[in-house]
Amino acid sequence: MKKPTTNLDSSIVMRKSNVLLIFLVSMIFGFYACSSSTVVEDSKTVEPAIQPKAMTEVTPPTPDPRVGLGAGLFDAEEAIWNLNLISQKRPPADFVGVTNSDLAFKDNYVFQGNYNGVIVWDVSNPRSPELVVDYLCPASQSDVSVYGNLLFISGEGFGGRIDCGTEGVEERVSEERLRGLRIFDITNVEEPEYVANVQTCRGSHTHSVLKDPNDDENVYVYISGSAPVRPEEELPGCVNALPDDDPNSALFRIEVIKVPLDNPEKSAIVNSPRIFEDLEAAPTHGLAPADLAEIEEAREAGAFVVELGGQPRVLPDRFVSQLMGNVMQQNGNETGTPTAADSAALREQLPDMIAQMFGGGDDEADNRGPNQCHDITLYPQIGLAGGACEGYGLLLDISDPANPTRIDAVADSNFSYWHSATFSNDGSKVMFTDEWGGGGQPKCRETDPMEWGANAIFTINNGKMDFESYYKLPAPQSVYENCVAHNGSLIPVPGREIMVQSWYQGGISIFDWTDPNNPVEIAYHDRGPVDGTQMAMGGSWSVYWYNGMIVNSEIARGLDIFTLEPSPYLTQNEIDAANTVSFDYLNAQGQPKIEWPTSYALAKAYVDQLDRDNGLSDADIASLRTGIYSAENSRNTRVLRELASNIEGKAGSSSQSEKVRTLAQTLRDLATM
Amino acid sequence: MDLSKMINHSFSVITKITVFSFLVFGSVACKSTESAHTNQSQTTQAASTETAGLSDAEMEELFWARQDSARMNFTEDDVKFMTGMIAHHSQALIMSGLAPENGASSQVQTLAARIINAQKDEIKLMQTWLRDREQPVPEVHIDGLKMMIHGLGDHHMHMDHTNMVGMLSPEQLQELSEAKGKEFDRLFLKYMIEHHKGAVHMVTELFNTDGATRDEAAFRVASDIQVDQRTEIARMQLMLDNMTASN
Repeated sequence: MKKPTTNLDSSIVMRKSNVLLIFLVSMIFGFYACSSSTVVEDSKTVEPAIQPKAMTEVTPPTPDPRVGLGAGLFDAEEAIWNLNLISQKRPPADFVGVTNSDLAFKDNYVFQGNYNGVIVWDVSNPRSPELVVDYLCPASQSDVSVYGNLLFISGEGFGGRIDCGTEGVEERVSEERLRGLRIFDITNVEEPEYVANVQTCRGSHTHSVLKDPNDDENVYVYISGSAPVRPEEELPGCVNALPDDDPNSALFRIEVIKVPLDNPEKSAIVNSPRIFEDLEAAPTHGLAPADLAEIEEAREAGAFVVELGGQPRVLPDRFVSQLMGNVMQQNGNETGTPTAADSAALREQLPDMIAQMFGGGDDEADNRGPNQCHDITLYPQIGLAGGACEGYGLLLDISDPANPTRIDAVADSNFSYWHSATFSNDGSKVMFTDEWGGGGQPKCRETDPMEWGANAIFTINNGKMDFESYYKLPAPQSVYENCVAHNGSLIPVPGREIMVQSWYQGGISIFDWTDPNNPVEIAYHDRGPVDGTQMAMGGSWSVYWYNGMIVNSEIARGLDIFTLEPSPYLTQNEIDAANTVSFDYLNAQGQPKIEWPTSYALAKAYVDQLDRDNGLSDADIASLRTGIYSAENSRNTRVLRELASNIEGKAGSSSQSEKVRTLAQTLRDLATM
Repeated sequence: MDLSKMINHSFSVITKITVFSFLVFGSVACKSTESAHTNQSQTTQAASTETAGLSDAEMEELFWARQDSARMNFTEDDVKFMTGMIAHHSQALIMSGLAPENGASSQVQTLAARIINAQKDEIKLMQTWLRDREQPVPEVHIDGLKMMIHGLGDHHMHMDHTNMVGMLSPEQLQELSEAKGKEFDRLFLKYMIEHHKGAVHMVTELFNTDGATRDEAAFRVASDIQVDQRTEIARMQLMLDNMTASN
């Protein structure tokens, strides 16, 4: 019998089956045994090496080994679950002891920002990354992005110099200072050429690169700056006054830089949209569930509930009697006792009455909303962006890249500082992170609430964001470990939302948020504190999946590369299917639409998921596994069509009908290959 | 790039290196927790972590040396800012500490709890910043509405805190401590907005001073305080507007 070619060895084992299954398999594949030269033996069936388990049955190691890890810079204790750490590299000498920041990827290169410049690694062999560039050019935060032959680096702090000098800038006003965007030509990755600067009023804390699908000559860079406005003497046109006092104010806006790909030195700010203006009063989705319950109770008891400032409120009796009086007058009821019709009329008219009374129309001019965004995640294929902007999460329409407009905004009373956003691949969900304390504080102690410094998951329904749940690193960290939700990316597992995310010294956490109400952790890695005697900055700044690797930028320790270890919660087949996805490049704030090429791994991943979620009977799952296995080894494709027809008939009655149909289509696609 | 093939291909080489590095680098192999459920990262040592031709011990020495030298780049203005902000934050702790007993709404209680959590941590961070730079470290003692700052030596012993922008006068603090329920909420939001605005003002002043916050840690502390408090001011303003609207 032919052996499977790739990772199948580890993912399945052959074993004797029970009589019923043999019977079933023979019934279904009877034709197949007769028509094929390489047959799967009827007495065997294919079973996964690790049986998939439901997300409700995840059993993490207990007690959590991340609690109480010993400290050390390069020799801290470590805990790891369902991951393999395949390599780690210390920073180059000039960058040791200086903060490593964000990552960008192009081909086989990893660009790692550092407050002292940029480091480039060749990861052709991920078990042994090679340093190819250590470009000394200090600026905080040195967040990096790539597009085509260009590399972009953010500069925010006062010490960044146009000439890349390490001496900093002392004076309040100086021609030497760079606060904004540095642009490099990386046609030859190993010899970056510094080609342009775009100076901005508040510098660039981070940035996002947007490629307009309809414009191949330019890219757009959205600048987010959170530092104070620089003096007008240093950069003309920078106005620190409020927009009411001076319409040219640098506050309450983002900046959009247009970069001509062939002439990057002509890059310039083309728009400074005020996407924050006139935001609705911050609605809370329920700061206290108890408050909401109280309102519901009142509503059921017949109270009049109105929306005020975005929140439901029980209308006080004195208002009710006054408004009811008006309604009764309208209805010609002079008895003094309201009828059911009066009540109904009041209920109907109430929203308008409230709007008239409290209007807000006049007040809104004063409501400028947030001052800036931290991150803006651009997802051009669906025309949306998620803006994490101080006290708000914004949903933006970016179909016109130079003119982003706001579609929706949410606020959350448990959220301190909206930091970044990640969409589900289909754009039906979005997750925001709260970088409470700015990343330098220990916000994962046992006493810190699980809703603070966490992720918030929203579903997007008709352009509106609805809150679903929070996710926070479940392992309490020590007082010496800065820890809060930070950057991450989707792992392209088909049919699921799986995220890998940085939690600074809380390490990295991988979790499933397919069910937006029940995010569940399925893998992690953590080190003990950098310093066991006082707080020292360290931990994972950002971690992203890139072409089969999970690459981690460790603030103090350097670069780590992980691969996924199969588990009941993420099978080898699912990992293999994820690894069929390949990006040419990846930026932290640009989300690519993931498309899975047709492959046996993809079909097998769906089968594992249907097994996990009881989407088909055990017998159907067994036939699918056996059939796919034999088709893959014999290249006989008729069996695939048979399987597809069989399960299509069962899709209607399955709890996972959509996935059953997707699998059927995948099997048909495989048959045509 | 086909990762699985690459890994398989290099596996035999890696194994040899692993054995070799365990022999040679056994002493620096990472300490790992022992747990039946936990995969320990012994494979970490498979390939060299070295980048600059330095051993981990030399690397670590360089790391702490560079952290130390980064701490030498501060000014008197940075020190004044940290010292002043510790006192400023301490008054926020006093104000917020009143919320549970004065019948604040659950919204205001949540806000107050978060202010306490955040500003206590920031005080610790600023104290560490001063200690690391061998500057006098103010220790805060809170007794009811009274706040005493020790540890600054004779010159600073009697600094007048109410001179700082946004600080409440003793009378205002007294007024707040006597307010209950909705009146407390209203007054708390009003005073805390002023208090936060004061902190933002202090950061802005600092940023506008020659040579200040060139220290990376100072820039970060000041920047985070500014951003967090500005965000919180907007939130409190909306809470206050909503209160006014519903009355």
